[in-house]
Amino acid sequence: MLEALEGSQAIARAVALCRPGVVAAYPITPQTHIVENISKLVADGKLNTELVSVESEFSAASVVLGASAAGSRSYTASSSQGILLMTEVLFNISGMRLPVVMTCANRAIGAPINIWNDHSDSMAVRDSGWIQLHCADNQEAVDTTIQAFRIAEATELPVMVCMDGFVLTHTLETLEIPDQDLVDRYLPPFVFNRMLDPQNPLSLGTLVGPEYFSETRHLAHEALNQSASTIVDVDREWQNLTGRSAGGLLSVEGPDDAKIGVLAMGSVVSTFREAMDCLAAEPAKLMALRAFRPLPEEAIRSACAGLDHLVVVDRALSPGFGGIVGGEIKAALSGMKDAPQIYNVAIGLGGRDVPLEMWPRLLDVPKQGGGFRILDLEPAKLGEMS
Amino acid sequence: MSEMNDPRARQPRFRGLEAGHRACQGCGEALAARLVTESAGPDVILTNATGCLEVFTTPWPQSAWRVPWLHSLFENSAAIASGVEAALKAQGRRSKVIAMGGDGGTFDIGFQALSGMLERMHNVLYVCYDNEAYMNTGIQRSGSTPHAARTTTSPPGKERMGKRHLKKDLLSIIAAHHIPYAASASVAYPQDLRRKVRRAMEIDGPTFLLVHSPCPLGWGHDGSETIQVARLAVQTGLFPLVELERGEVASVMPLRQRVPVAEYLCRQARFRHLFADDDHRAQEEREHLQALADYNIERYGLDGDGDDPFDADGADTIRRGGPANS
Repeated sequence: MLEALEGSQAIARAVALCRPGVVAAYPITPQTHIVENISKLVADGKLNTELVSVESEFSAASVVLGASAAGSRSYTASSSQGILLMTEVLFNISGMRLPVVMTCANRAIGAPINIWNDHSDSMAVRDSGWIQLHCADNQEAVDTTIQAFRIAEATELPVMVCMDGFVLTHTLETLEIPDQDLVDRYLPPFVFNRMLDPQNPLSLGTLVGPEYFSETRHLAHEALNQSASTIVDVDREWQNLTGRSAGGLLSVEGPDDAKIGVLAMGSVVSTFREAMDCLAAEPAKLMALRAFRPLPEEAIRSACAGLDHLVVVDRALSPGFGGIVGGEIKAALSGMKDAPQIYNVAIGLGGRDVPLEMWPRLLDVPKQGGGFRILDLEPAKLGEMS
Repeated sequence: MSEMNDPRARQPRFRGLEAGHRACQGCGEALAARLVTESAGPDVILTNATGCLEVFTTPWPQSAWRVPWLHSLFENSAAIASGVEAALKAQGRRSKVIAMGGDGGTFDIGFQALSGMLERMHNVLYVCYDNEAYMNTGIQRSGSTPHAARTTTSPPGKERMGKRHLKKDLLSIIAAHHIPYAASASVAYPQDLRRKVRRAMEIDGPTFLLVHSPCPLGWGHDGSETIQVARLAVQTGLFPLVELERGEVASVMPLRQRVPVAEYLCRQARFRHLFADDDHRAQEEREHLQALADYNIERYGLDGDGDDPFDADGADTIRRGGPANS
């Protein structure tokens, strides 16, 4: 049944459908409504979970680490500075191969302090060994949240579901919350073979020296790479059940013979979908990159076949280098025969609005040429600020 | 002596921490961890902060633990223990969770997570093995290092006499959380330590044990003197053994006769600079430390009545080996 729900409310409902044993979270804008809604579901008896209201994001991540190691399906959510405070634990969760799921309500990182949306936070933990999936709208976020538990538990890798702060978390959309029966069929109870159990005492998180460490890193890399097929399978199965795909690894829209493409992640994809429908612009392909980790190099290459120009949109940047997604796409396409010329821009930093009119501006980027830049920069303001 | 005549061999005893780990000779922490896990029994799940205990017990692919054990980071032993406990509750399992950390991971970097765990009333026994400095990284001062002690980051010199600040009164801060039970214990008093562990294990709620655990390497005494040194810390009043219920002092281990702190200090290289003949500051700092011991004795009322050397409740009784200096 379709319901009009705020993004955060929808995520809380989706999490509840997954029957987590333990939820731990700490308030931070714009994630707060998720933990508030989960708390209300618990208070109203609609969600039976151990809700641990911790004293920091660091402890939120630590609590779900411990809970997962003890064999409970575990969930947390955060944003921005909270993600940074969790960082050390996030590396641990993946290093210990614990299937935790978290929502990252994407937000900029200070200083200067800014509570609005961009992708600086999840990018800062890009190398933490988590699967990172980006959502274009709230339906995708709901579906991805449910899929995330399947993916995590099948791969024993943690999954970060990235949804744009405010743009998605605080937006009321009409969407479908699946039935409990359907989710129960899709997501069986969590069984963890390495569970902490006095009947079968294991040591988890032991010291590994130089003689084995490289092998642990190799296995982590392999596991991330191999999770790509699980992400695809789990989404396909969801589509069979609900009729909806959440976007697999990468989804492509637009005419087959288009010579220009735009690759983006997150809610701007929805904006561009709308722009493609309602604005007159040259024919172009829109590539929605859902899986940023693992980065689906093969899928990206085949989506780029036949393109002359590819504009890669970043919602964060690496100062002193440029766009992060842009850099990765260049690497992914290097050596590709007839690879498109790649252009890289950042837009919508710290909540700067990305309007429909951004779409033709992006398609114009190849005509201007040049290297990485912040496309919606307002140079006149630089004078005021110096 | 044949194996059957050895009373230890004839007494089957559960060991949570096996022999064969890589701790130094005379390691107080290894002894304390063995005593704690022995007393707690097999139905436990341990969490362990980063530190010597984690390093010397689990060089992969080996592990010295016979009970389930989880290590994550330096500062989150209490938080991962909270998560384990929440999961056990969610699953209806009843094993007791014991979180462990050194003084660095407890007094300093892990303090916030510990405070949160206590405030949320998780059913976890937190054990701090207090060896009064960051020993795993090579003897740096912590919030638990005693005043005037030498560490590699509080070295004595022309301008300094070791650590300038006081040992943090952690037990009082723990007491302020009004948890059901908190206590200090020492490896020199294993009976008392075991009793306190068992007491904590019976309580459904957060409990805390601070276990004084000498580090021969860091304190600068011979590995064979660990127990004597630990005992002197108690007998001088520098490390009082107390029990707190809901934040109130419930019992103390009385001192039948006070031992001057100099007798404790002079056995450890970390206090050697306090015995320099030609340095007036040395005398002053010794007096400071004596004053701290006197304050503890006064505050907790450690002066016991009578001097019956067979009374097992005193810190200096025969049953506990008698005064270390006799």
